[in-house]
Amino acid sequence: MNAPMKAAPAPVKKLRVATTSLAGCFGCHMSILDIDERLLKLLDLVEFDRSPLTDIKHCGPCDLGIIEGGLCNAENVHVLREFRKNCKIILALGACAINGGLPAQRNHLDLRDVLEEVYQTEHLLGRGGIPNDPELPLPLSKVHPIHEVVKVDYFLPGCPPPADAIWKLLTDLLAGRTPALGHGLLHYD
Amino acid sequence: MNATNTFQLDGEEIPFAPGQTIIQAAAAHGAYIPHLCWHPDFSPHGSCKLCTVKVNGRFGSACTMEAQPGMEVENRTAELDDKRRTLLQMFFVEGNHFCPSCEKSGNCVLQATAYELKMMSPHFDMFYPDRPVDASHPDILLDFNRCIMCSLCVTASREVDGKNVFAMGGRGILGRRIHINSESGRLGDTDFAATDRAASICPVGVILHKRKGFAVPIGERTYDLAPISAQVKETRS
Repeated sequence: MNAPMKAAPAPVKKLRVATTSLAGCFGCHMSILDIDERLLKLLDLVEFDRSPLTDIKHCGPCDLGIIEGGLCNAENVHVLREFRKNCKIILALGACAINGGLPAQRNHLDLRDVLEEVYQTEHLLGRGGIPNDPELPLPLSKVHPIHEVVKVDYFLPGCPPPADAIWKLLTDLLAGRTPALGHGLLHYD
Repeated sequence: MNATNTFQLDGEEIPFAPGQTIIQAAAAHGAYIPHLCWHPDFSPHGSCKLCTVKVNGRFGSACTMEAQPGMEVENRTAELDDKRRTLLQMFFVEGNHFCPSCEKSGNCVLQATAYELKMMSPHFDMFYPDRPVDASHPDILLDFNRCIMCSLCVTASREVDGKNVFAMGGRGILGRRIHINSESGRLGDTDFAATDRAASICPVGVILHKRKGFAVPIGERTYDLAPISAQVKETRS
């Protein structure tokens, strides 16, 4: 602490990162938080743009966009396109972004049948009728993974991906290395 | 000096007995050649093409090609593993392989092979085919969403159990499927038993024993402990 003052090093330009959860459960975001105290190291290297962590509503120019969840409604598609337009690199994080995941389990059912059962006919569920407020985004007839709509640069599978895998991938990317996950970090479950 | 009955697998000398296929000799030696439809207890089917190797510069299936002295076999090259990964991606998009809800996760040969080959995404558009499950049998559940048409259940039921419960049928990528040989087409109307060899042969999560869910927790299963390439001899039963 008493060391002579040195000229302060030039501030490292932080990479800008945006994150979002589309048709996901926020479990992948929980797994990001699960990198624990390494979050502090991460914050030395990056700053967050649009993200549930910042509550910024729209994405500006970013270096990395992290997408959790697949596409189950029209708004998901708009948000995904906003991210692709603004982010140099898009990372698909978790099973739902990569293959549709749990929400895609409705894909072999007819959408109208699903809505009618949930909102009208099933006696233990709500009976208010199928919501049709114009503010609500329209559901897609099938749930899709994000690579069917935009180019995706990196994929990290898992439900959710383990925190260690997220840390490994982010540190590899930040260091300019091709991400490589060893045994135990690559998981589909 | 080379012994007479050896060949080179990625530069490693592999001994073989006359009549052994490349994959049989490699497996006996503990060397891993990626595969799905081949099983050491049964005659090769040669359909999944994952075990494709290059023999003296030409493509061939390691499960059907007999080992010959002095062969030079390429196996885990970037070229071959890239092609294998593409085959795996096609398997994953043409079925409904939702690992997070699958009882076979961690013990699944398809999943473990995809880990081994570092498959990070399905790459292609998903098919999401409609494949109803068959829960008619008292002890066994059939979840066809995960079927990869390896036909091991067909072979095991015919050759070991002497029952002929399963058959391959239908045409086209979405029409082709495993059929059940009973009047109703349901497993409950066959003489299939949970003790049949065919009941424990499925490399993926189609043929499942009822009331045996998650006896071993996720994270402690066969391929959680070590990659499939490191347990060539141990994991085949």
